[in-house]
Amino acid sequence: MPDTNDQMQKQREEQYKVIAKKHQPKPKVWINSLKAFVVGGSICMLGQGISNMYVTFFGFKPEKAGDPTVATLIFISCLLTGLGVYDKIGQWAGAGTSVPVTGFANSICSAALEHQSEGYVLGVGGNMFKLAGAVIVFGTVAAFFVGIIHTLIIPIFQ
Amino acid sequence: MQNTRKIGKSSWVFKENIRIQASAAVAGPMEGNGKLSHSYDLIYDNLYAGQDTWEQAERKMLEDAVETAIKKADLTSEEIDVYLAGDLLNQNISASFSAKAEKIPFIGMYGACSSSMLTLSVAATLVEGGFARYALAGVSSHNCTAERQYRYPTEYGGQKPNTAQWTATGAGAAIIGIGGTGPRIQYATIGIVTDLGIKNPFDMGSAMAPAAAKTMQTHFEDTGRKPKDYDLIVTGDLASIGAPILKELLSNEGYKLGEQYQDCGLMIYSQDQEVFAGGSGCASSAIVTYGHILQQMMLKKYKKVLVVATGALLSPISYQQGEPIPCIAHAVAIEMDET
Repeated sequence: MPDTNDQMQKQREEQYKVIAKKHQPKPKVWINSLKAFVVGGSICMLGQGISNMYVTFFGFKPEKAGDPTVATLIFISCLLTGLGVYDKIGQWAGAGTSVPVTGFANSICSAALEHQSEGYVLGVGGNMFKLAGAVIVFGTVAAFFVGIIHTLIIPIFQ
Repeated sequence: MQNTRKIGKSSWVFKENIRIQASAAVAGPMEGNGKLSHSYDLIYDNLYAGQDTWEQAERKMLEDAVETAIKKADLTSEEIDVYLAGDLLNQNISASFSAKAEKIPFIGMYGACSSSMLTLSVAATLVEGGFARYALAGVSSHNCTAERQYRYPTEYGGQKPNTAQWTATGAGAAIIGIGGTGPRIQYATIGIVTDLGIKNPFDMGSAMAPAAAKTMQTHFEDTGRKPKDYDLIVTGDLASIGAPILKELLSNEGYKLGEQYQDCGLMIYSQDQEVFAGGSGCASSAIVTYGHILQQMMLKKYKKVLVVATGALLSPISYQQGEPIPCIAHAVAIEMDET
């Protein structure tokens, strides 16, 4: 009788959930959100500072300063990843370090470092985008749909 | 069936004088700085252990443990008739490579983190049955090799929840033979695969506790023993979440685990080491048992010990496909002579 067996297993799972829940610590949503806000915000402020630097000292136009700024942030993130520090900051800061571009750079750099032992082509090349690949795929898909909506809706208001 | 060694549902009783002839524990840097640092035979202060890759480092630690155990037993590798080993990596690769180095007839076994007691109980069985004069059981795990296989790249900055566990780096080995004065293997209880619907790979303690409870309950029923018959009962790697769940599950079945109950995952590291809920991995139960516990038994601090190694038998693909984590636990009762 597979049906009753399934039901019994379900029932046992439900009972167990109650017991296990008593001993599982609750995720600290508020404190994690606060840390993410502060750290993520600080990274953005750092980015703004770098951008201002490029505008003031290197003669970039404000709308063109974004590219070297992103490159600088990516460089810092990869350097910290290579030095083995970024994952420790990430454990403390959570989404604060994973959402900004630095987190994206870390996901690529850490995968590349990790798979170096399997060679440059199959290891580094094949695995670099193991984590970042999903972001690129769904980022592109989202951009495609936003693009269609943009093309269809904007003319209505013109 | 006459002369049967099976008692109750799934326990084996060893009637020959099956004893651990020698054991060895090799630890990584974090473990070497932990609470049991005095009990390891060898400590590597670098995760690479002088090798080029982490995989080679894990293999090296297993080879070191095996060679140290053989040396401590005053034997040569030619005198060992069979080598049983397991680890956490795909295709049991560390175990196979270590067997290549040792040139001992080899049986690879996989029971995830429960491999330590799985290999030990089968090694004891082979000696009991007369298939081997000396059998060697060994396991290894390495934090970085496990991390990259089961989770993310080691330098990836994703946040882990407090329920996560830290895969211990190290290896343990034990040599089983007949006679001598070492700790005697009395019973082994082989577990069944259990899951109660836990799917979160960052919460192995909750996933494995029911398997441990089931095996311990079976062990007590099969042997007629009670928790208080043991001076020490240890689980392999339930850590700070799984251990209290296990206590509650067993107490619901009428077995009270008192002060004598401990968890290897909570014994390895000191308070200030950042290991989330506690240690895990094949090395967790192996380095604690083959180092600390057996040493304490030789000193007659503990007379009867029950080691319950717990294993989460998931694969990286199974949990991505939404399957629950299948878990198992194997128990071995080890005792010193009363004198």
